[in-house]
Amino acid sequence: MNAAEKAKAPPIKVPRDGPRLTGDALKAKLAKTWGNPPGFVGWLSSVDHKDIGRRYIVTALTFLALGGVLALVMRLQLSKPDNDLVGAARFSELFTMHGTTMMFLFAVPVMQGLQIYLTPLMIGTRNTAFPRLNAFSYWTYLAGGCLLWVAFVLNIGPDIGWFAYPPLSGPQYGVGKRTDIWAQMVTFTEVAALAAAVSLTATILKQRAPGMTLARMPLFVWATLVTSLMIIFSMPSVALASGLLLSDRLVGTHFYNPAERGDALLWQHLFWFFGHPEVYIIFLPATGFVSEIVATFSRRTIVHYPIVVLALVGTGILAFGLWVHHMFATGLPRIGYSFYTAASIAVSVPTGLQIFCWIATLWEGRPRLDVPLLYVIGFIITFVIGGLTGVMIAAVPLDLQLHDTYFIVAHFHYVLIGGAVFPLLGAITYWYPKFTGTMMSDRFGKISFWMIFLGFQLAFFPMHIAGINGMPRRVYTYPAGMGLELPNLLSSIGSMIVAAAVLLFVVNMVKSYSFGRKAEANPWGGSSLEWDTACPPERYNFAHIPVVESRTPLWDAGEKMPVAHGLRVEDREVLLTTVMSAEPDVREPSAEPSIWPFVSAVAVSIMFICSIFSPWAVLIGAVPATVALIAWFWPKSPEPDAEPTIS
Amino acid sequence: MSLPPSFSRDVSALPTHALSYRSLTWWGIIGFMVIEGSAFVLTFAAYFFLMSQEQEWAPRPWDPPGLVAGTIFTVVLLLSEIPNTMIKKAAEGYDVAAVRRLLPGMVGIGLLLFVIRGFEFNSLNVLWNDNAYGSIIWALLFLHTTHVVTDWIDTVVLWRLMKTAHGEEPRRIVDTDENSLYWRFVWLTWLPVYVLIYWVPRFFR
Amino acid sequence: MNRRIAAVAIAGALLASCNGVQNVMGGDGAESANFIRLFTLFMVLCTIMYLIVVAALLAALWRRRRSGLTVDDRRHHQISPIVRPALIAWTALVVTGLTVLTVASFFIDRSNAATASKPAIHMTVTANQWWWDVEYNLPDVSKTLRTANEIHLPVNVPVHVTLKSNDVIHSFWIPNLAGKQDLIPGRLTDVLLLARKTGLYRGQCAEFCGVQHAQMALDVTVESKRDFERWYSAQLATAKPPATPLQRAGYRYFTTRECAACHNISGTPASGQVAPDLTHLASRRSIAAGALPMNKGNLYGWVADPQSQKPGNHMPTVGLEPNELHGLIAYLETLK
Repeated sequence: MNAAEKAKAPPIKVPRDGPRLTGDALKAKLAKTWGNPPGFVGWLSSVDHKDIGRRYIVTALTFLALGGVLALVMRLQLSKPDNDLVGAARFSELFTMHGTTMMFLFAVPVMQGLQIYLTPLMIGTRNTAFPRLNAFSYWTYLAGGCLLWVAFVLNIGPDIGWFAYPPLSGPQYGVGKRTDIWAQMVTFTEVAALAAAVSLTATILKQRAPGMTLARMPLFVWATLVTSLMIIFSMPSVALASGLLLSDRLVGTHFYNPAERGDALLWQHLFWFFGHPEVYIIFLPATGFVSEIVATFSRRTIVHYPIVVLALVGTGILAFGLWVHHMFATGLPRIGYSFYTAASIAVSVPTGLQIFCWIATLWEGRPRLDVPLLYVIGFIITFVIGGLTGVMIAAVPLDLQLHDTYFIVAHFHYVLIGGAVFPLLGAITYWYPKFTGTMMSDRFGKISFWMIFLGFQLAFFPMHIAGINGMPRRVYTYPAGMGLELPNLLSSIGSMIVAAAVLLFVVNMVKSYSFGRKAEANPWGGSSLEWDTACPPERYNFAHIPVVESRTPLWDAGEKMPVAHGLRVEDREVLLTTVMSAEPDVREPSAEPSIWPFVSAVAVSIMFICSIFSPWAVLIGAVPATVALIAWFWPKSPEPDAEPTIS
Repeated sequence: MSLPPSFSRDVSALPTHALSYRSLTWWGIIGFMVIEGSAFVLTFAAYFFLMSQEQEWAPRPWDPPGLVAGTIFTVVLLLSEIPNTMIKKAAEGYDVAAVRRLLPGMVGIGLLLFVIRGFEFNSLNVLWNDNAYGSIIWALLFLHTTHVVTDWIDTVVLWRLMKTAHGEEPRRIVDTDENSLYWRFVWLTWLPVYVLIYWVPRFFR
Repeated sequence: MNRRIAAVAIAGALLASCNGVQNVMGGDGAESANFIRLFTLFMVLCTIMYLIVVAALLAALWRRRRSGLTVDDRRHHQISPIVRPALIAWTALVVTGLTVLTVASFFIDRSNAATASKPAIHMTVTANQWWWDVEYNLPDVSKTLRTANEIHLPVNVPVHVTLKSNDVIHSFWIPNLAGKQDLIPGRLTDVLLLARKTGLYRGQCAEFCGVQHAQMALDVTVESKRDFERWYSAQLATAKPPATPLQRAGYRYFTTRECAACHNISGTPASGQVAPDLTHLASRRSIAAGALPMNKGNLYGWVADPQSQKPGNHMPTVGLEPNELHGLIAYLETLK
């Protein structure tokens, strides 16, 4: 048969799920088809989104701990004036590593990890789109993180701040390989995040369960879609910026060199064009967590769902028009600044609407003050303070005093920890039974919450005062007698409490894995599809692909769940539906486990790392990387199968 | 555990492949186009930003890049859309034989384009480390070259794959269709790059 | 709840220490006084909005309800009629409040720009890693004054400062007087200082500029016009020649050995341009860009071993003999 005839042929007779193959017999076949090969190579070859998501989360939480330890050391140094615990050069490395680790190695990856894990479960499919690309993205991220931290341990870590402004980061003042390692780590993490974003976007647009129109998607899935699109549009900017910086440093270009008609501000524009959307890329998934938790623990749907969706989309778009507010002190024309002030103040309106909808949902429902909801309450109380200080510094006259002081440090920790980490801890507690099959300890959960919430206020509120009292950022010490001693001491004490709280949370996670109370099927009574799978889900997620008729399928399904049937069970197959109306459209083979994503990531990593030392490495290293990528895509069976597979 | 099923939609008769926006990989290709397109747009922005610092562009004493090689490249690249469209139409018509016949031609055109590109680099009249103008001109040409190289490698792999028995699979038709789509992106992005490298430095002296 | 009240009280106490020399709430200049006005408006409106949000949240959590519109009653898709008007009211409140703040910000911005358009004195400050090169540019070029790490300003006189950098990006910030502006190599920026109260203030670099960013401060003295003019003429004078043998020994060392390669002392052969001008060093309140108060002990410590005081800065530790050191300090102390 030629291709045309094959395309029109009736479906081959292979085992398919349906009324004749269901229940345990079906599950046994699906488990075999969707399982991993055995052994260490099998573990490296996994393309299961649940494995990849879990790896992202565990790795990101490890980087959170490492970055947090750096913060503790900095707080010890700053706990009293003229302290000599940590020297100036080492301190520069500490704040560079802290910021870089938190922003590039923790915040975005942990959000993507949860998105990769939850999205297929929430939309009713068996795996993400492009599973091998997701696997590749994880290994690439891991390599980038290891590059940075090995360099730090070997004392060649970066020391120019997480934002690396030239000329300080340029070839003349940033001597040695420190900055090159930073810039190349950025390349690794950008490639990883972009790959995951493309996969998630395609998954959400094409693999939703039949009947799950865009208007019926869980709000967390909307947040994932918006942030993935934001990543696609914004991360090329930092990849370009760091690429041009590497080029200046390694091959003598002059993009940022004012002596040869380059411009230091070009870096700032390119970096912040990414940098501002970046913080919303971190924040919007957290609002997705909050929407899911508020709905479940109020026992009702979110009030005014369309407004929340518009708020997510509106924030995502507006976020691209704000970046110059990081540059108010650089002497650009004042009339341009006015636009960015107005836009930066306006972006708080959609978030204000989301807050209204959450509080209205709590009002209309019957809130249950379980640990996940406590974190949501902590989030609202804390994040709104950060949002309001953000409105303040959007005003140029205020920003010109407060920029680059500890007031800003306070602001962004309020919005990042209050706005992203608190919801994250609530989300981990909420979905923990889904991931592991056990519940986290409720008592330790409540203790951790109160410790971190109060410890956070003690650690970061005084930083507003320190900034007002004249303390600039990125200083390894400060003189006595300026009113900085008390705020700094309080911050240092508070940071210890936060660290202890995080440690307690992690201990709770680890202990509950083995000793936690066994979770029932839907322990919190959630309404979305992920709660219709086992805890933890089987490899294949759903025995039959569900058909959805409302925003809250589990609350509206009744006695039975309507399902689609007819997918192959002895080969991996998922169902594609149309983008707008989610009508079943195509049966799509899903990639089988493969070692090639791992091998490609190793090849690409070697190429990137060697290029720090010689530009020829790009050319030479491209050869094994290309070979690995071709092996990835080349079909593994000599003859095509009757129905298509991807191996 | 989960609710018992009630069988409501039979999807066994659905096809296992589809073209254009019904194809999953199409969305992946579009995603990568948006990423690379964004990178190009930002490079254009950097170009204009650096240009705004100069009184003259190309700044004296450097001459603008020579026109010959760049214009020949543009003509050959635009002409390559003819066989490219033929391949795309053949794919949409499931004409595997035509695809197998035409793909080697695209591979050959790619090689020709590399040779011309070499001449282009040689006639830019400025080096990447001379000044910021030289840096951004080289960056634009370099970025587009990596673009052409990666798509050429994709085309070579597709050509070899189509020659095997796998070439008969309908999903390979989708791959061919999407490869042709990506080639259009390659010359579309070239057009503004061509203007910025070869013409803008002539207009602003 | 008690812990929150204590927190607010501490915050108040901390804010009460706002009579500092490097303090955003100082309000000793035209621009910084405008800052206080605008900041107060923002604080009031933002606090009100915050209290509304927290009150609504607490009410939503703890209100007594007979029934909720929940899945348990199969009413999870319904919404009470009060929600829509509440949403409209909330949106109107937020948009109005934010508009007021935005408009106020524009007005303050314009007021600052208007002040900036009529300067009487011109200065140029050039930032280096990790010190400030200060120059007064009077119309009479022969009266150009160059000094380092300190600024004197006459009160109620607008002073325009052109800002440049010789190496990396720095930021010029005297919070008691005005907001900050970055000094960017290859670009010119500027700031207007209009001091309204006499006094001693402190400025500090506010953009990470390398390893000793934390110790790049400057002393600011705001004084009456007459005191300023007296200071200015004294500064224009060249250095007094050394009197005692010890001072002469120090002078000889300074002008013939390493020091003269970098430092300038007007009226002597030492004319290095890449380090702070020392002609009137002894009249300053601090040394090493605000790192150490000016006194004999600190002078000894700094000159003997600058790397231990400010590791990584560009003044090398030379390894002076004791008598060389004594001579140098004796001479430097004459540079009033």
